[in-house]
Amino acid sequence: MAGGIVIVLLILIAIFAPLIVSWLGHPPAEWHREKIDPAIQAPIGAFGGISWDYLFGVEPTTGRDLFSRILYGARISLLIAFFATLLCVVLGTVLGMIAGFFGGWIDTIISRAMDIFLAFPLLVFALALAGVIPDKAFGMSGDTLRISLLVFIIGFFNWPYIGRIIRGQTLSLREREFVDASRSLGARNHVILFKEILPNLIAPILVYSTLLIPSNILFEAALSFLGVGVRPPTPTWGGMLAEAVHNYDVAPNFMLFPGLAIFVTVLAFNLLGDGLRDAFDPKAR
Amino acid sequence: MLLFVVSIATFAIFFLVPRLAGMSADDLASRYVGKAANAQVIHDTAIRLGFNDPVIVQYGRFVKGIFTGVDRNYGPGVEHCPAPCLGYSYVTQNPVLPDILNRLPITLSLALGAAVVWVIFGVATGVVSALRRGSFFDRLSMGIALAGVSLPIFFTGIVSLAIFRDQLGLVGDVADWVPFSEDPLTWANNLILPWVTLAFLYAAGYARLTRAGMLETMSEDYIRTARAKGLAERVVVLKHGLRATLTPVLTMFGLDLGLLLGGAVLTESTFSLPGIGKYAVDAISNNDLPQVMGVTLIAAAFIILANLIVDLLYAVVDPRVRLA
Repeated sequence: MAGGIVIVLLILIAIFAPLIVSWLGHPPAEWHREKIDPAIQAPIGAFGGISWDYLFGVEPTTGRDLFSRILYGARISLLIAFFATLLCVVLGTVLGMIAGFFGGWIDTIISRAMDIFLAFPLLVFALALAGVIPDKAFGMSGDTLRISLLVFIIGFFNWPYIGRIIRGQTLSLREREFVDASRSLGARNHVILFKEILPNLIAPILVYSTLLIPSNILFEAALSFLGVGVRPPTPTWGGMLAEAVHNYDVAPNFMLFPGLAIFVTVLAFNLLGDGLRDAFDPKAR
Repeated sequence: MLLFVVSIATFAIFFLVPRLAGMSADDLASRYVGKAANAQVIHDTAIRLGFNDPVIVQYGRFVKGIFTGVDRNYGPGVEHCPAPCLGYSYVTQNPVLPDILNRLPITLSLALGAAVVWVIFGVATGVVSALRRGSFFDRLSMGIALAGVSLPIFFTGIVSLAIFRDQLGLVGDVADWVPFSEDPLTWANNLILPWVTLAFLYAAGYARLTRAGMLETMSEDYIRTARAKGLAERVVVLKHGLRATLTPVLTMFGLDLGLLLGGAVLTESTFSLPGIGKYAVDAISNNDLPQVMGVTLIAAAFIILANLIVDLLYAVVDPRVRLA
C-alpha cells in the first residue's frame, strides 16, 4: 500500500512539475553561473549548494536547479515507462493469447520468436538501435522522436516476458468448460478470445504489468546513462548520473538525488507489484 | 539458428534503419572519413566499404568472412583475414575478432568473480530466510533484497566508488586492469568493488527466487517423508529441499551469466573497465558496423553456450530430468 501512495504522489508530481517548480524552484534549463565556484566548477556552499532557494542544490558547471531537473526527469521517466509497458502488455497479451489459443504451427512460430527475443543481448541491441537513428526521422524530431523511439525499443524487446505468462494461462483456460460451453453455443474464435478468455487474464496482466514498469524504468535510465536516451538539455535521471560520474567528488548532491529518485520510484512499483501478486495469488504469500 | 537471426537483425539495424530514416550511402560513409573530406573522398569511401552494393551482397560478404575468411584491399596491399573473420573496424582498421578476444579476460574475470559471490550469498540468504520465515533475519534480508532489485548498478557503482575508493582508499583504481597471471593480488584488489557491487544486485534477485522456491518445496509431501524417515534436518534441507529449488535458480543463472559474458555493459561503463561491454558501447558510439556486428554475435554465442551448459547441469541437479 505504501508503494501505491508513493506512486500516486510521483504521478502527481510529474504532472504538476511546472507548477511546483514555479513555486519552489527555477526553470530547469536556466543557468545560474553565480552559484558556481569558477576555480573548480563546483557549486558554492555545503553539499552542492543546498538552500531554501535551491532545495537539492545546483548542478556543477552550469548551476541549473537540481530540484526542478529531478522533477522534470520524473516526467520523462514515467512517461516512457508507462507507454513502453503498455506496448509490452498489448503485444504480449495479444500474441500470447493467439499462441496459447490456436496452438499448432502458430504457437510454434510465436514461441520461437519469444525464445529468440529472450536470448538476445538486449542492452547492446537496444543501444545499437537507439544510437543509429538520426536526429530527424519518421517525420519527428527532438524529444518527441527520442521518447517514441525509446518507448518502441523498450516495449518491443520486453513483450516476451508477459507473452510467455499469458500463453501459459491461455493454454489452461482453453480447456475449461466455459470455453466449451461458449463454443457449443456457436461463438466464434474472436468472441471466445475476447469475451471469455481475456477477462480471466486481467489479474495476471495487472500484476505483471505493475512488475514490468520498474524494470522498464531501469531500462530507460540505463539507456540514458549510456547516452542514447532523450537528448540534453532535457533532464533525465540516467543522463544526470552519467555526468555525475565525472564530478561526484565536488558535488555529491548531483549523484545522490537522481539515484535516489530512480530508487524510490522503482521500489514503489516493486512493492505495489509484490503486493498485487500476493493479493491475487494466495499461495505466494 | 539463433546466431543467424541475431546476425540478420543486427545487420538490418545498421543497414535498413538508417536508410528508412533517410540517410544515403554517402551520408553513411561521411561518418568514417573525418569532417574535412570532400564529396569525392566520401563517395570513394562509400564504394570501398561497399555501401552501394545491394543489402544481400553486403550481408553475404559478412557471412562469407565468418566461414571462409576474406581478402581485404586496404589500399597499398591486400591482407587476408582467416576463417572466423568478423571483418575490420571502419574506424581503427583493426580486425574485429582479436580485439574482442583481447578484452575477454577482463569481462570473464568480472562476470565469474561476481557470479561466485552472488550465488553463494543469494542462495544462502534465500534458504535461511525460507527456513526462518517471518523472523527478524527474514524480514531484514528480504527488505534489503527488495531494495537491491530496485537499485541501478550505475548508481550503487558510483556511490561505492565514492565511499570505498575515494573516501576510505581501501581498494585500487578499478580502471587499471592487471591480468591475473601478472599479479593476482592487484587483480583481485582492483576488481573487488565491481564484483561486490554487481553481485549485490544479482544476489538480491537470487535470494528472492530461492526463498520463494524453498517455501514451496519445503511444504511438499516428499519432504515430510524424508523427515519421517528420520533423516537429519541438514540432509532434508540440503539434499531434498534445496536440490529441487535449484532448477529455476540454475535457469536464471544461465541467462544472467551468458548475458554478462557478452559484455557487462553497465558495470564496465560505470567502473571504466575496458571489457567487451565497454567495447560494445564505444563501437556503437562510433557507428562502427563491423565492431557492433562482431560484439553482438559473440554476445549471442555466449548466451547460447551458457544455456547449453545449464541444460546439461539440469541432469546433475534434478534426478527427474536424468530419467526422462
